[in-house]
Amino acid sequence: MTKTNSPIHNQVSRAVSWAPSPREQDRARIRKLILRRRILVSVLSSAVVLGLLVLLLVTSPGWKVVTTTFFDVQYGLEVLHLVARGLVTNIELTIIASIAIGILSLLLALARTSRSAALTPLRFLATAYVDIFRGIPLILVILLIGFGIPALRLQGVTSNVFVLGTTAIVLTYSAYVAEVIRSGILSVHPSQRAAARSLGLTHNQTMRYVVLPQAIRRVVPPILNDFISLLKDTGLVSILGVIDAVRAGQIESSRTFNYTPYVVSAILFLLITIPLTRYTDYVLMKSINKQNAQGAA
Amino acid sequence: MNVLELINIRKSFGSELVLSDVSLTVPEHTATVLIGASGSGKSTLLRCINLLDSIDDGQIILDGEEISDPLIDVDQVRRKLGMVFQAFNLFPHKTVLENITLAPIKVHGLNPDVATMQAIELLDRFGLSEKADQYPDRLSGGQQQRVAIIRSLAVKPRLLLLDEVTSALDPVLVNEVLAVVRDLKQDGITMVLATHEMGFATQVADEVCFLEHGEIVERGTAGQVLQDPQMIQTKEFLRRVHEAGRL
Repeated sequence: MTKTNSPIHNQVSRAVSWAPSPREQDRARIRKLILRRRILVSVLSSAVVLGLLVLLLVTSPGWKVVTTTFFDVQYGLEVLHLVARGLVTNIELTIIASIAIGILSLLLALARTSRSAALTPLRFLATAYVDIFRGIPLILVILLIGFGIPALRLQGVTSNVFVLGTTAIVLTYSAYVAEVIRSGILSVHPSQRAAARSLGLTHNQTMRYVVLPQAIRRVVPPILNDFISLLKDTGLVSILGVIDAVRAGQIESSRTFNYTPYVVSAILFLLITIPLTRYTDYVLMKSINKQNAQGAA
Repeated sequence: MNVLELINIRKSFGSELVLSDVSLTVPEHTATVLIGASGSGKSTLLRCINLLDSIDDGQIILDGEEISDPLIDVDQVRRKLGMVFQAFNLFPHKTVLENITLAPIKVHGLNPDVATMQAIELLDRFGLSEKADQYPDRLSGGQQQRVAIIRSLAVKPRLLLLDEVTSALDPVLVNEVLAVVRDLKQDGITMVLATHEMGFATQVADEVCFLEHGEIVERGTAGQVLQDPQMIQTKEFLRRVHEAGRL
């Protein structure tokens, strides 16, 4: 668009010279009043609700005891490095597990969406796998793997609790994530597949170059959600004796009968999960905006 | 030489018969235009030629080879066919250039540099070279459809199938797409197309087939079918098209 484009130039100068009519000025004043009242109401209601909650907490009969057994700042600082060291284990476990989950879940999703006759047994197995591991509470899988595998006394199979705990988490989460990826694959419109196939791409090429790239993009926000859950759920391996943040807090608090280490552990988890959650929201909003823009086009 | 021959094609979806005894011969360098109301079977016929849908009976012969044989390699067949869809169906995660070069590189094993060069030549020819690195959602509908046509041309098909390529477009964008198809006809590209644009059909068609309820009711040159229809169904259809201001 050039400056010499006179109709547009005209429109711009008309827009600049515009002054609101008295009626519009009135409406603007009223809108401002409404806005001010809305802000006032939201501030007041927040203050009342939060105030009541604090009051309830502080006036509860056990509050004095709770402040010393849960919120002992001095003690909290003392155990901080122990719990933080435990949290490093959680983070390591999360990173190792996410890589394994990424691979396993993608294979499961591909197996479940394949149509090839030769892969029928694989499709059947993948479906059974997903049914089983989505249906058992994670803590049971951890217990069964953590105590069951060593009990088999197989030659060369580890009894390292870190490895066993990670394995249990990978098995369960792969089933969840596989379903998310599968829903992404199914959400790619059939016309995309038709276009790819009509260009001569084989089923596998269509999957690889056309369907999967679009599917993965769509499932990034829900998978980030699962990733956050994963980080929190790594705390469950503490039942096998892995010294993670939860276990470190437990060891400390059972020594002193003070629960502040648990609170420290919770705060450390929050310091990681809250930014991740905000980031997930941001990614989600971005993808929704993009879809809306596409819908409007 | 005939590029395509359809012999007594029959196709039904469940209990609904969508193609019944359709026979068609498409000689090289000709354009066959399918007209008819929505649901008359035009799109299904094109999808059957492409083996995207399977037929219940009859024969499809492409370059003398029966492709309706269940033992045929469908990927091999589709390499000889180009298809353009009503809704463009560009790949939204790939740029215009990547959309065009995907099949030449991955299916025909062309060197990526050569494929890119050929794609840019085609984009140049149809006035879209500026859009090469854009994603499809940044293009107008008319531009998207032109890119889709180029994409199907890039694999040098023996036969081009065009399925109502202007039906999803603003009236003002229809012409830029039809101009491209006219150009291809000039080049001598063999094609079968379904359209609601009767004026356009008159310009490019070597043969016009009017379909109703899955049957070819009337066929002939554009002059015969569109100007001087013999069958009552054809007359009725053209009258309705005329009323809608589309003739």
